[in-house]
Amino acid sequence: MSKFKKKKDGGQPAISTASLPDIVFMLLFFFMVTTVMREVDLKVEVKRPVATEVNKLERKSLVSYIYIGAPKTKYADQFGTADRIQLNDAFATKNDIIQFVEAEREQTNPAEVPLMTFSMKVDKESEMGIVTDVKQELRKANALKINYSTYKSDKIEN
Amino acid sequence: MARRNAPEINAGSMADIAFLLLIFFLVTTTMDVDTGLTRRLPPPIEEPLEDIPEVRQRNVFQVLVNANDDLLVEGEPMDVGNLREEAKNFIIGDPTFQDPEMPEGKLTKVPLLGEMMVSKQIISLQNDRGTSYDMYIKVQNELVAAYNEVRNEYAQRKFGKTMKQLETAAELSEKAELQIDAVKDVYPQRISEAEPKNAGE
Repeated sequence: MSKFKKKKDGGQPAISTASLPDIVFMLLFFFMVTTVMREVDLKVEVKRPVATEVNKLERKSLVSYIYIGAPKTKYADQFGTADRIQLNDAFATKNDIIQFVEAEREQTNPAEVPLMTFSMKVDKESEMGIVTDVKQELRKANALKINYSTYKSDKIEN
Repeated sequence: MARRNAPEINAGSMADIAFLLLIFFLVTTTMDVDTGLTRRLPPPIEEPLEDIPEVRQRNVFQVLVNANDDLLVEGEPMDVGNLREEAKNFIIGDPTFQDPEMPEGKLTKVPLLGEMMVSKQIISLQNDRGTSYDMYIKVQNELVAAYNEVRNEYAQRKFGKTMKQLETAAELSEKAELQIDAVKDVYPQRISEAEPKNAGE
């Protein structure tokens, strides 16, 4: 008899949600620390190839990105489907690269300019022609440290 | 006056605010770590060189990739799967440097190991404008892998450690750093990319 009584006046104790904010904040901080802000709005399709012998890019602030790939479908009727170069937020041609390199150098501490890396994020379906053009332009601009952005995998099938 | 309790601030919506922030960060950030193959481009050529240093045929390992992503290594078609092994054989070469098919040796001063004969190997990579980037990266990757494997084996033999172990040790000891330099000097990574051409259409 007393068993039933107890249940009646006690009721289900509410689960305390006081620590929920703490948990969520912990998650939040985890994501803030482990991620980087998406710096550009990609207008070209970039599916990077995989490689096994990769290096990690250190010092993100010294890395500038050059994207190469076919324009995304929503830009296709304006820019076609041939591979294009994207610098910052806009489509560009290879003639803009020297200027881009200079602009990136302006933003960097002069002492660290020799450490700057230009990372090329190129779609794996792209042809080498455009990549070679970009490389030649980078050479002209004396930006010799480059990186072919790839995903890391342990094994690649041939 | 009766005892008054300080009113408790309702923290129930704190979780909502935190979730909102969390979702904002989830959406605006990318998780991927930037990895890739780091390369150094040759400096620009101001004017055509008068005397291009002659490189003997036996010192060059020629890799050609055409527009159909076919591989031609030293004049023979090859599968990408075999490239690493072939490149390794070439990089190691003939220990006596007498074999006319394999690269010559050059007396070089190497840290820790003193003067020794070092192979004059060069890997020459040439691709077509129509080669796919995927193939190009595969070939680059295999060539870098060949160098890394050769260096690893050498480091293992000479110093009893892999390159990775040496690199970890180099943070603490100068000796390991010298050992890394020595291995890199014995097998310097020389991947030369030819000026682009339109071939194999």
